[in-house]
Amino acid sequence: MPDLVQPIRNLFTTLKFITKGGKWYYGWLTFLLIFIFLGIGSYIKQLEQGMIHTAMRDQVSWGFYISNFTFLVGVAAAAVLLVIPAYLYNFKPIKEIVLLGEMLAITAIIMSLLFVISDLGRPERGWHILPFIGSMNFPSSLLAWDVLVLNGYLAINCVAVFYVLYRLSIGKDYKMSVIWPIVILSIPWAISIHTVTAFLYNGLSARPFWNASIVAPRFIASALCSGPAIMLILFQIVRKVSRMEISNVAIFKIAELIAYAMGVNLFLFGAEFFKEFYSGSVHLAPMQYLYFGLHGHSNLVVWMWGAFIFNLTAFFIFLRPKTRENLVTLNLACVLIIIGVYIEKGMGLIVPGFIPGVLGEIYEYGPSSLEKSVALGIWALGALFFTLFLKFALPVFTGELRFRAPDSSD
Amino acid sequence: MNYNVSALLFIFFIISLSSFVMAGDDLPDYFVPPPPFSEGIFPCSECHADMEVNTTPRELDFHEDIVLKHFDGWCLNCHNPEDRDVVRLASGRIISFKESEFLCGQCHGTIFRDWKAGVHGKRTGFWNGKKEYRLCVHCHNPHQPRFKPIKPLPPPVRPEDLKYKESSADKVPLNPLDYIVE
Amino acid sequence: MSKKIDKQPSSRPVNRRTFIKGAALGLASLSIPSGDADASVWEALFQKHFQEMNEDDIRSVIKRMEKEYRDEYKADFNIKVTKPLPGVKFGYGLDLSRCIGCRRCVYACVKENNQSRDPQIHWISVLEFKKGEKWVNVFEEADKYYNPHEVPEKGRFYMPVQCQQCENPPCVKVCPTKATWKERDGIVVVDYNWCIGCRYCMAACPYGARHFNWAKPRIAKSEINTEVHYLGNRPRYTGVVEKCTFCIQRTREKPGRYPACVEICPVGARKFGNLLDPESEIRYCIENKRVFRLKEDLNTSPKFYYFFAT
Repeated sequence: MPDLVQPIRNLFTTLKFITKGGKWYYGWLTFLLIFIFLGIGSYIKQLEQGMIHTAMRDQVSWGFYISNFTFLVGVAAAAVLLVIPAYLYNFKPIKEIVLLGEMLAITAIIMSLLFVISDLGRPERGWHILPFIGSMNFPSSLLAWDVLVLNGYLAINCVAVFYVLYRLSIGKDYKMSVIWPIVILSIPWAISIHTVTAFLYNGLSARPFWNASIVAPRFIASALCSGPAIMLILFQIVRKVSRMEISNVAIFKIAELIAYAMGVNLFLFGAEFFKEFYSGSVHLAPMQYLYFGLHGHSNLVVWMWGAFIFNLTAFFIFLRPKTRENLVTLNLACVLIIIGVYIEKGMGLIVPGFIPGVLGEIYEYGPSSLEKSVALGIWALGALFFTLFLKFALPVFTGELRFRAPDSSD
Repeated sequence: MNYNVSALLFIFFIISLSSFVMAGDDLPDYFVPPPPFSEGIFPCSECHADMEVNTTPRELDFHEDIVLKHFDGWCLNCHNPEDRDVVRLASGRIISFKESEFLCGQCHGTIFRDWKAGVHGKRTGFWNGKKEYRLCVHCHNPHQPRFKPIKPLPPPVRPEDLKYKESSADKVPLNPLDYIVE
Repeated sequence: MSKKIDKQPSSRPVNRRTFIKGAALGLASLSIPSGDADASVWEALFQKHFQEMNEDDIRSVIKRMEKEYRDEYKADFNIKVTKPLPGVKFGYGLDLSRCIGCRRCVYACVKENNQSRDPQIHWISVLEFKKGEKWVNVFEEADKYYNPHEVPEKGRFYMPVQCQQCENPPCVKVCPTKATWKERDGIVVVDYNWCIGCRYCMAACPYGARHFNWAKPRIAKSEINTEVHYLGNRPRYTGVVEKCTFCIQRTREKPGRYPACVEICPVGARKFGNLLDPESEIRYCIENKRVFRLKEDLNTSPKFYYFFAT
């Protein structure tokens, strides 16, 4: 029986460590906890009284929760953007911050799983989806694939991150022979989690807006914009609040890669736009709903054009070296791109799949206050998790926090 | 003389054979609620046995409640002037009200064909057992067969109007099917 | 921090490890249900998939369910689990030349199948189309909410839509837990105790035939139908999906009754029968009328045939 005393002691040390901070830190945690508790309260109401308190109905049976889920899977997949150049091309300035990207991926996956769970009508029956104990419909159902690949991706990133952190925390260096296969595995796996999520929608012939080959490529392109943009902002915060050094070279390189990804995303959007509006078949109805309104229903028109303008602006900012290498415009572009992709891939993807409905009905969906409350709660929970994670990982990374190795004696 | 008689007999035999075919073939086994007579109207011979037969098409003094909006003709095109308890086909064949589908089937042949196969008309009973057929007149008024428009039952509740209700099950709206006011 | 590591933990009366073990066991024991009510909750939570139950499992599940329904609805339910009849594949015919849009089928179905009245669930949607405009394969002009003074309205025709019981059902393909499947007689069914309420099947259905219980289903006690089938019209729960089952509780008998919608239609627009029986009404329709099915280009192969008798 392994000696559990030291690891448990380390755990308590960690817990004490991460809950200590300045007043800004406590303020931030309190701010998050408020939203978390509000979200939990709303979710309990949803559990007790049913999902009728959401704005989802038979006509639009997926809404805000699944929109957030889709966006967050993209963020999680984007960790690969850092991994590929870092390890494959040994781009030194990025290498040390890949860990942060993987930590964000872990947080994003946990958040997306929480969004799926909050969207279930009977979450206590969630075990039905598991293989062997439940009756997982593999390989037929894409949701079954999603369960496998998302949890697998979570496992891969957890193994990588915790291995590195553990080795660093006991003052040792991590072995590339352990990390390298994990890295190599995580690259196609990251692409696959987002492709599987795209296929979730893509495979439904009942929904012509989703049943288009462009969906999966656009998913990857937009994921490679939003995820790294979040990370760029986080890196700047991280290097401000800790001793971690993140060079501007790394940040500008990632920004350059985002520019190319958004370029592809905009091109694919243009291709979609042309196909629907030039061909002019009845299947253009969802696009028409999004960008011009359909039969008087136009709730999303402003949002979609806003998202397009944000994305286009961000694209040019990231493209030109002068604006890319200016931290003010860079951060502006990051915020614009995050909002733009969040709209485009969230509500701008899910809702038009259901408008017009399969029997021609238009039910205009907008999230209810309960949905917004639960969603905010999950985002706050993710932010809290990431904050605590960083509070532990950064000092380990910079050498400020060290544990005694289990085999050393006093 | 003998030759003529046997010819006549032969022709009579052929005709009765064809009537037999018309009457007995491919008819469903399962019948049928009795004809939906208005109250007290049947048997018609109670009045008509003593009355004079007048085959001139005209406006009648009695039976004013019956307005014929069917074809361009009048009562005795279908009703048998000699015996009002039966109806008469164009061929002269007499059939009872219980088999009135033959009368309608004279003109509405395609529908009659579908009805015999079981695909025309209201369907009740057992799909793999005793099926319930109806006479044409159970649904179609023979004098004014065109269906009148009816009030539809309520449309579904719109999704935006679906709300959470705290109240108990007793205040649940009842099924409009049970209180149709025609 | 340097603390002396205790090299002989077993010398303590209660060391940390033992304490943690004991606490964990104590907490776990609290979750073991005691008494009948809790046992029933436990059984409900871990009930097997219907297709994996043997005869004894089914019997005990039915018994538990009868008790649950009695407590909930104050009525004695007869919950059947009749298997598909051999040599039967159900088909449905709908005569578009006759439907007048009266919606009696909608409410007869509601009465027979214990749908929630509030929030309202209808398994049948009747669509109104304008004559001479885009045909029924394009639904953008369809209106579900028509409410004129009388039907049929001039210049309109009506098309009821319900579960098409597809031979190649997209809902079955996407269900992550196999809570919905196609039975041998062609009916696509849902195990309401296995469904996790993810609503993927609703996104996948091209006919809008699947409906979700957004809240607890509510039915007036006087209107409850107690003759039910486990896979059909037994009362459902919050958070599960339901749909038309061709009145599985009626049709799977020998002799089997017609579905409620077929029986109530005042103009005889609905036909039902066994596609494998060459003498059936539905076969007659397919062979003698010009039948079509909705959204056939999606290759779902529905068993719901629309035609025009005249």
